[in-house]
Amino acid sequence: MTNPATTPAATSTGDPLLKLEDVRKLFPVHSSSLTNRDRDFVHAVDGVDLEVRPGETLGLVGETGCGKSTLARCIARLYDVTSGKITFDGRDVTNLSRKQMRPIRREVQMIFQDPYGSLNPRRRVGSIIGDPFSIHGIGSRQERKRRVQELMEVVGLNPEHYNRFPAEFSGGQRQRIGVARALALRPKMLICDEPVSALDVSIQAQVINLLLDLQSEFGLTYVFISHDLSVVRHVSDRVAVMYLGKVVETADVDELFETTRHPYTKSLLSALPVPDPDIADSRQRIILAGDVPSPIKPPSGCRFHTRCPKARPDCVKVVPPLEPVLGDPQTHRAACLHPLEVGEDMSRSTPQIDDTETVVQLREEGAK
Amino acid sequence: MNADNPKAETLREDVEHAERVPTTGESAGARTVAAVPAKKIEGRSPWALAWDRLRRDKVAMISLLIIVLIALMAIFAPVFTAWTGHPPNEQYHSTGLTLNGLPKPPSSTFYLGTDDLGRDVLVRIAYGARISLLVGVVATLITVAIGVVVGLAAGFLGGLVDTALARLIDVVLSVPFLLVAIALVSITGPSLTVTILVIGFFSWASVARIVRGQVLSLREREFVEAARSLGAGSSRIMFVDILPNVLAQVIVYTTLLIPVVIVVQATLSFLGLGLPPPTADWGGMISEGQAYYRVAWWFVLFPSVALVITTLAFNLFGDGVRDAFDPRTDQLLNK
Repeated sequence: MTNPATTPAATSTGDPLLKLEDVRKLFPVHSSSLTNRDRDFVHAVDGVDLEVRPGETLGLVGETGCGKSTLARCIARLYDVTSGKITFDGRDVTNLSRKQMRPIRREVQMIFQDPYGSLNPRRRVGSIIGDPFSIHGIGSRQERKRRVQELMEVVGLNPEHYNRFPAEFSGGQRQRIGVARALALRPKMLICDEPVSALDVSIQAQVINLLLDLQSEFGLTYVFISHDLSVVRHVSDRVAVMYLGKVVETADVDELFETTRHPYTKSLLSALPVPDPDIADSRQRIILAGDVPSPIKPPSGCRFHTRCPKARPDCVKVVPPLEPVLGDPQTHRAACLHPLEVGEDMSRSTPQIDDTETVVQLREEGAK
Repeated sequence: MNADNPKAETLREDVEHAERVPTTGESAGARTVAAVPAKKIEGRSPWALAWDRLRRDKVAMISLLIIVLIALMAIFAPVFTAWTGHPPNEQYHSTGLTLNGLPKPPSSTFYLGTDDLGRDVLVRIAYGARISLLVGVVATLITVAIGVVVGLAAGFLGGLVDTALARLIDVVLSVPFLLVAIALVSITGPSLTVTILVIGFFSWASVARIVRGQVLSLREREFVEAARSLGAGSSRIMFVDILPNVLAQVIVYTTLLIPVVIVVQATLSFLGLGLPPPTADWGGMISEGQAYYRVAWWFVLFPSVALVITTLAFNLFGDGVRDAFDPRTDQLLNK
């Protein structure tokens, strides 16, 4: 496995703010037997190496269940990682206790997907946004109120609504409340877990622009999770694509969209709607066969081989490392043994693997 | 800042609220939206909304009025003594009993008649209300306090704590309450404290079970995760974030628990396990009066009516509170 720290890009822009090394998060699944001996695990995040540099936005994309949100919660230390190492601002935070985490929590904040679920319905907005202050014991009552109202102003809410309840706000306004709460302690990094997927498209643009404005105003670093590729393309500097708990490709945003290397990324991108109907008609869409395999028993070798049109026999056996392929720069890495050439038509390829292994696996699952 | 859209949004809202919100100056508001006169906007809490719905519920309001009247009767029981001139435990052997030594029917001296010892039933009902309400409220509060804390701890902390507490709840719920109460009182002797403690000890489990169930679902909500990501500790999350969300259920259960406790207290007194004589309490009066029901109907009837009215009022009020906190049930019934 290559070491991301040695890449020229990382050294040229200074140390990364956040660095993940081989992070794994397994969730135990209770098996039917009373003994815990043959316990299964959901491999939600399975060996992720990532780094986020100060001031940039890293987009994290992938389909539902690929481990994006789990990874976000691992970074925010809402979950303890099973193995691996998380370094934030030069400090190993992987195994810090809750007390030791408190100062770090001020630097890493999270914006949640559901603007309805993430605000306590029984508490007033002022007290929700002021929560970070009261938890960390900052300021007197009057000072807190003043700072909360400043925050409300910053995110475009009327500070006079201080005494209202979340139920009295629209979805977009609620997400602004969540943003204000996350900003309260002036964090260095914000983890946005699908911050706009629950909002109307018209409101999405407002919230995204707010996030971008705040980034330039406060010099924030974002980890921006989404399954909406157009949103990710708009906000991100770099993008990491996840599939079944692994990062399959990572690159600067334009590079990823133009010289796509991984077949999975290619098929994801082909699902992006094109606003021009003529182009939309003529372009090739890659529709993958089958479903995402179970994360309890992920496929061997390359995890994508069960659905990949370019699969070859070695894909079943060899786990492809995440590294630059076909002469790409160090910033562009793909985990693929048979990466795509620029302009290659993937829809023409057919998988050339012996199906027996897949069939056996399916049978095993059916017998369960 | 992206001033256009959100400000337009807030401006629109300000116009909406301009009419119904009285205008009072406040500096912070004037700073942002200078074009619009500043005013104070007070959000209506879920509690305020529930109270509004409750106020429109006629049955609940009548019940509340009756409860208040009974409470006033209990508080101002000495007024009844002053009015009739009869202390609660005074035995009027000459005026209060017939020549055969039987209770006297309601008359202008004894408005609700007398009991078997020649005491005034009306005055004793008034004093009995003190015991019923005191036990009803205090025992319920103890019950709810224990139940909420145990339920919160079990539901939120989970794991071994939950397993232990959940089993304890099962054990307490499976103990035959009345039998143990009888055994216990026969050892310690009847007293107010024992009655309250016995009731409290055997009732918290059902509260704890309800709270635990609620907490189990609440702790998976995103706002709990949000609090965690801000660095909040378990106790803060339990009492600041989760408790307000189970409080509505707890209040409903409390109002419905009070009449149950009053009846249980009356039951214990009826069985002779309540308060030592001559203290006036409804259960004891019903117990004594039942022996005379052929010759002195007033003796058993009036305390029973007092008990029924009280428990009915609390029950109907509790139903109203529940509907007020959960308007959906009402809408479903009307469909």
